[in-house]
Amino acid sequence: MSEAHHGALHLRVKRIEAVTPEINRYTFSAADGSWLPPFSGGSHIRVLIPFEGETRRNAYSLMSSPYDTSEYQIAVRRVEEGKRGSIAMHRDIREGDVLTATIPANLFPVSKHARHHVFIAGGVGVTPIYAQLDELSLKGSSFELHLAVRGPEHAALGHELRERYGDRVVLYGDGDGTRLNSHEILGGLPLGTHAYVCGPSRMVDDVIGAAHAHGWTDSHIHFERFEDLGSTGDPFSVTLARSGAVVEVSPEQSLLEAVEEAGHKLPYLCRGGACGECETEVLELEGTLDHRDDWLSESDRCTNKLIMPCVSRATCTKLVLNA
Amino acid sequence: MTAVSNPAGFTPDETYTPDGEYRFRNSREAVRRLPFPFPDDEYMYSMNLEPHVPAGAGALRAAFDVDEHYVSECAHRDQMLQEMPGVHYLALPHMMEAQWDLLELIFESYNRDFPEHFTLTRNGNEWRWQNRLLGIDDSFTFGDPDTLPMDPMEYATRQAQGEFVVLEERDNTLVIGAGMTTQRADYSLQFNLGMNFAEFHGPVPKLDKMGILDRALKFLLRMKPGHPVRRVNWSLTVHPRLETSVETLPDWAPDRAEVTAGNAGDMVYLRIELQPLHRLPRSNAIVFPVRTYLVSLAELVEHAPDWAKRVHRALASLDPELADYKGFHRYHGAAVAWLAQHDDGAPLAAGYPWYPEGIQPG
Repeated sequence: MSEAHHGALHLRVKRIEAVTPEINRYTFSAADGSWLPPFSGGSHIRVLIPFEGETRRNAYSLMSSPYDTSEYQIAVRRVEEGKRGSIAMHRDIREGDVLTATIPANLFPVSKHARHHVFIAGGVGVTPIYAQLDELSLKGSSFELHLAVRGPEHAALGHELRERYGDRVVLYGDGDGTRLNSHEILGGLPLGTHAYVCGPSRMVDDVIGAAHAHGWTDSHIHFERFEDLGSTGDPFSVTLARSGAVVEVSPEQSLLEAVEEAGHKLPYLCRGGACGECETEVLELEGTLDHRDDWLSESDRCTNKLIMPCVSRATCTKLVLNA
Repeated sequence: MTAVSNPAGFTPDETYTPDGEYRFRNSREAVRRLPFPFPDDEYMYSMNLEPHVPAGAGALRAAFDVDEHYVSECAHRDQMLQEMPGVHYLALPHMMEAQWDLLELIFESYNRDFPEHFTLTRNGNEWRWQNRLLGIDDSFTFGDPDTLPMDPMEYATRQAQGEFVVLEERDNTLVIGAGMTTQRADYSLQFNLGMNFAEFHGPVPKLDKMGILDRALKFLLRMKPGHPVRRVNWSLTVHPRLETSVETLPDWAPDRAEVTAGNAGDMVYLRIELQPLHRLPRSNAIVFPVRTYLVSLAELVEHAPDWAKRVHRALASLDPELADYKGFHRYHGAAVAWLAQHDDGAPLAAGYPWYPEGIQPG
């Protein structure tokens, strides 16, 4: 398997297809020709995209079959605003290029106890559902997909899924004047159904609201949330009081990693904000701490006197640590 | 599944039962490679989680450790499963995908870390598994349970040291969905099956007050495939008995009354648990393996004198409530008294022994 352990994946771009005016589909294989790590439907990878001398780390859902790990597929919608990582994917990446990506992680798994699965998606939000439907279809589970698109020229992925799954896929906005209505969809479904929504945030809110209105419990409502679970963010600098050293923390590294890279040592165990080992005293702070750990209590946080360097960051003009 | 060979370095005829007269001992090498769980003179219950990356040349070199007791332990598992069917191995029906994930993880790890003993050959979904220590050479179709003589999890874990509990992620908690637990330390798999994280940790004293449980759960839910973590835990037990489940308590609990300060060195065993947790890729389940090592207090004194001193100090300062939870309050004092003769009070290094600056066997 391709560097499955503790490392990043190196993916060769095997194929690029334009599936809509805004969406390209990328097919990757392992750069060394081996198998890629297996994954579950709903998983995403973070692709490290070179962009004007910097690196963007965009999360993309895997849309290929979880049962074929000879390749991964993602779909990238070109977004003009924001950090423009998708622009670089469309503009700079060519077939044959090698990209670095993280190992798949799943924040949007399908329920193993559902009697029936209903998926509601908008546009490129359909990508995780590709892999989920593959999984459910192989297991013989009962499902339906409701997909809203912005017009016939944006419907190619929906047509692909209709070809695979027939009437279980319903398209809205494909030139026939239909509109997705989540109240209507959720209203008639039997108990034991789980709902999944992936799309623009107003669609997610709309579906959650409709489900609540119909008396659904939260355990049966699933939505994709791409929270940044890493420790990346805006750059800041930190002063280590004992040595007087000033360390710059780049957007791509944690405070702990930056300190280590500069040749200093901090205690650590889990590197995930859980164990408490790296707890460090804050001596001076001009700005705010961005606590991302599970270790410090609310009252600890309010004091602004402690930080967990393995995951937490700061937005500050000055940060001095007792280290 | 009987051993066809007697490969060098393995002790294939050990027993972990009174009927087998507890025919078990550790070589000097086996003691000094243990994942010794006491970094400090005073023991505190903690998460002590760290990334499960190879460390040192001992028990932490491989993802799943194999040591000189492998063949005997597999035979013991077979014996336990035969004696009490339906008690030591259980899997809920929806865990089949996780079972295959676990089989893949164990076989891949053994194949990578011990190529002299195990070979996994994959041709798409047609797999061939060779286990030279147990004389097994099987071909099967990955994902098709009909091509194996038993459940994939049972098949794989019958050939693995340690026990395996598979936790399913559901409603933001982890639920016990399957287990191979022929080496249980005082709990019942049947009783715990289907319990969630808070429920099956219920008996651990003081956990809630310390907030450890919530933090541990949040951390585990964030675990990703390919990034395993480990922790070590420990207890004391009487005789080298691996199977100390709730179901057989009448068979082993009375032994605790026989320990004295005079015989504790040979009767009392430190039970070290190495727990390398992995997120499984297809099922999104988490496997919680408990690899158990048994070493008598006398073996520690003989082969790892500094570790024996450390055990003495950790036990002497142990919170009585923890001794009670771990089930040895009855002979706690006897063990401390026996160890005291072998502790000169010299200062000891802090830290786990798989770190260069940590406590070494001595």
